Parts: sequence; structure tokens; C-alpha cells
Amino acid sequence: MRIAVASGKGGTGKTTIATSLALSLAGFEIPPIFLDGDVEAPNAHLFLSPAFEQLQEVAIQIPQVDESKCTYCGKCAEACQYHAIVMMGKKTLVFPQLCHGCVSCALVCPEHAICETPQVIGVLERGSARSNISFARGVLNIGEPMAVPVIRQLKQWVQPRLDQLEILDAPPGTSCPVVESMRGADFILLVTEPTPFGLHDLRLAVQVAHELKIPVGVVINRDGIGDQQVDEFCQSEGLPILMRVPFERAIAQGVAKGKPLVDIHPEYVELFQQLFMQIAALP
Amino acid sequence: MKIVISAISPDLDSVIDPRFGRAAYFVIVDTHTLEWQSYPNPGTNASSGAGTQAAQYIASLGAGVVVSGDFGPNAYKALDAAGIAMYLLGTSQTVREAVRNYKADQLALVNAPTAPGHHMH
Repeated sequence: MRIAVASGKGGTGKTTIATSLALSLAGFEIPPIFLDGDVEAPNAHLFLSPAFEQLQEVAIQIPQVDESKCTYCGKCAEACQYHAIVMMGKKTLVFPQLCHGCVSCALVCPEHAICETPQVIGVLERGSARSNISFARGVLNIGEPMAVPVIRQLKQWVQPRLDQLEILDAPPGTSCPVVESMRGADFILLVTEPTPFGLHDLRLAVQVAHELKIPVGVVINRDGIGDQQVDEFCQSEGLPILMRVPFERAIAQGVAKGKPLVDIHPEYVELFQQLFMQIAALP
Repeated sequence: MKIVISAISPDLDSVIDPRFGRAAYFVIVDTHTLEWQSYPNPGTNASSGAGTQAAQYIASLGAGVVVSGDFGPNAYKALDAAGIAMYLLGTSQTVREAVRNYKADQLALVNAPTAPGHHMH
């Protein structure tokens, strides 16, 4: 089973919730796997202190055009929905930073003038973290724009044991990297804050989850600030609110020092376990 | 000489569109006769690669010069490879003014990308 922790709005507490959920379930017979999918700014390691033992590069296939074979027919440029390969008169230009590595251009080239060469865009790292949690993360190289392949390969890289829970900390937003983080999950835990901003992005994140047909539950963080609109939205949409974490100075101070929520307030261990039981009990 | 100007509506008296890759229209004008034609930009709502798509489209229109408000790194690289000269709109407010300013040699030639990439996923 995989639970993706997402939010829409950034800074609502995804990593705070995801890491403490993992720590609270670490006493299970098989400790969970934690995946940091926020590959543009991974930070879950600050809370779970993994010792990385394995590293693997992430590469995507970038086209290379053999000018001696190219007849400038333009079929590659027509096929590329990202406009990463274009025909400029008698020149075929490749823009690696726009390329998603789908290899359509090479497949449609009637002259077999395109070969694909791997280009490294990031790395995957894994090792054992606190409380025997298996920790893995993707890190997108600085200057690279394409997070999706790193997240996709991160999900494939870890091989969970039968009945081993995976917790995936997703990036903020609702764009492609978030869709890739949610895809394949059995449940999506949306962490939000009860503010107009939190609600605005929660709505978008819920739409993505619905589109992917994955069940959703909500955690309201910084409870007590803002207004009632997130509650009202959840009620009208039939979304279960699985936990509330109050807006509290001690939590903010602890998290800022890299302390997991369950270290700041150990009583949350039981609450996170109950939260998980509620998810597991869903049909 | 045929020049292309990015515009918000499809005619000679249209207000210019300062964006290149996501311009609403491209108006192609013959600088001698002022005959013109307009084309909707196919990449105006592209999720990515708007600049390269627009550049390819400009090349297919057979224009040698394009005038717009800025040119990102990908658009610049593509237009430059095709030998298409890029100029900035400067103070031009309409397509007609941009043509006049171009003919009067009042527009700045672009020698490097003028805007950072807008690429975001």
C-alpha cells in the first residue's frame, strides 16, 4: 500500500505529517518505506536522518540527430508534443531541457536518423533511516527542469515487500510532478491549512486526486487560524478530516530545529496510528 | 522584406503583444507594400515549448525578421539557427508603428536572449 502526502499549497506541513506518520508506524512488523518525492527541494532527511548507502543516476533519453541522414521531413517535430525538437528550415534543433525522453521522435523518423543518448538529470539515494525506516529520495540536478522522470524512477527503484507500507512525500502544487507522485498511490493524504490560500489549492489537489480516482483524506494543520471554509468544503465534498494539528509555537519551534512532530508531542504517535487505521479500514 | 510582429489581434492596427512565444497572433507585413496577413499563434496555450513552437512557425511563414517584446533562450536559439533576425518593439504600440519604426531603423537588434526561460512544469 502506498500513501501519497500532498497539499496543493506549499508550506502546509506535508513533510511534518509524512515523517511523523512514518515514525509512528515504524513499530510495525515491517517498518514503512519513506519516499521523498519532492525532488526539487527534498527535506524529509532533516527529520528522519537516513544514512545513504546506495546511489543511482537518473537519466532520460535525449534525441541526437544524424545530419547526414536527416531529410528535414519534419515528422519528429510534428510528433513532439513538447516542441523539444523543431525544424528551422534546413536544421533540426533539439532542446534537451524541453525533452521528456519519450523517444517518439526516434520512433517516427523514417530515415532512422535519430538515436537516443542518455542524459543524467538527477540521482536516487537510499539507506536506512531512524527507527529502521527504509528511506529513499530523488534529487533533481540544479538547472534541470524535468522532475517527473526522477519521481517516476524513484517509485520504481524501491521494491516494497508484500504488505510493506510506502509513504510518499509529494512536492507542492498540482502540476506534473504532483500528478506523478500521486499516480499509483492507494490513498492521498492532503495536508492543508484553514486559510483561503490553503482552501484554494486544496480544491485543485482534490480535483487531481478525483481525476486519478484515488481516495482522499484531509489533515488540517495550523488549526485555529483562518476560517471555517476548509471544514465546510470537506463536509460538502464528503472528504474525511483525519487529523487536526493546532497552530502552536512549540510545534513551530521544534520543526524549525528539525524535530519530528512526534518528538515534540509524543502523544501524536497514537493519533497517527489511528489515522493510518482509518485509511486502512477504507474500502 | 517580410517581417513578423507579435500582436494581440489579427490586423495591421492591432496593439502589439509583448510576448513572443505566447503571442496571440503573428502579423506578417510586407515592408514595401504594407500588405499583411495574420495567423493565430499555434503555441499560445502550449503547456511547454511555446517559444520553440512559435519559432518553428515563424520559419514556416518564410519571414526573415521578427519583432517582439522579448525572446527567451529557446526561441532565440531556434530563430538564430534559422537566420531570422530579431528586433525589440521598443516604443511601438501597434503593428503599423512597429513596421514604421523598423523601416526607420529605430528598433534594437537582438544579439542574445532578452528574457529568462519561462519553462515550468
